[in-house]
Amino acid sequence: MGLLDKQFENGNIVITNVDNLLNWARLSSLWQMQFGLACCAIEMMAASASHYDMMRFGVIPRATPRQCDLMIVSGTVTLKMASRIKRLFDQMPEPRYVISMGSCSNCGGPYWEHGYHVLKGVDRIIPVDVYVPGCPPRPEALIEGVIKLQEKIRAHSLAKVKA
Amino acid sequence: MITDFGRILLFFIIGVIFTAGGLIAAFFLRPDKPYADKISTYECGEEPIGAPWVKFNIRFYVVALIFIVFEVETLFLFPWAVEFKNFGMFAFIEMLIFLGILIVGYAYVWVKGDLDWDKPTPIIPSYQKGVGVISNSSQE
Repeated sequence: MGLLDKQFENGNIVITNVDNLLNWARLSSLWQMQFGLACCAIEMMAASASHYDMMRFGVIPRATPRQCDLMIVSGTVTLKMASRIKRLFDQMPEPRYVISMGSCSNCGGPYWEHGYHVLKGVDRIIPVDVYVPGCPPRPEALIEGVIKLQEKIRAHSLAKVKA
Repeated sequence: MITDFGRILLFFIIGVIFTAGGLIAAFFLRPDKPYADKISTYECGEEPIGAPWVKFNIRFYVVALIFIVFEVETLFLFPWAVEFKNFGMFAFIEMLIFLGILIVGYAYVWVKGDLDWDKPTPIIPSYQKGVGVISNSSQE
């Protein structure tokens, strides 16, 4: 069926209210793929642990992509890992979001020129919603990235965007 | 008034409505964009290899059958124990007969050797002076 795939011509009061409900539901339960790639993953783990407690934003690590809404690409994306990341992203159900965490996954980071084995930015294989700069970014930075993503989701609408 | 079983029925109906309602609403609402890569089997990001239908050893079925028999036995024992005082000697003898049948079956399984699991028989090498390292199997 996929009623949420449809786009409506005009946003009336029903659609805006449904939008609000859906967006609220989506942004307050951003379940995250439980995988880490490099040293950024350590910061991601710290963000999930009790001191920073990312779970209060609804970001809960899940062990299977079928239950995930959010993929945090935390670290260096090697060419060997890139195909796996692509496949994992494909296996996530919509709506799905990606946070690129750290310089390596943003643009290749320190491997930007001579890294023969590093993908120069994860946005070459999957669409990225929020880039978090840093090498590695502190947990606060990652949390800000999550909040930015939540703001982005809050602006989603079933009505067609007027050009 | 609602009887005890009526409450269970209510509980059951509400449970069905709750789960079915969620599933049906999700069926109408959810984004539905399947493609080959998305519906492929999750193997931690790897490409799935081989068939998921694996053959199990036939011995597991015997163990599963025995397990179910004794599970049902415990299921019958619980209400019997709760109402034991009301029924008295009759229930006691009845349960003895029931248990007797099961114990005969248990003894049958035991004698047939279905409870014997295949134990590994490793070949342990040993050292004999003047000969060197030999394995037990070659000695026999």
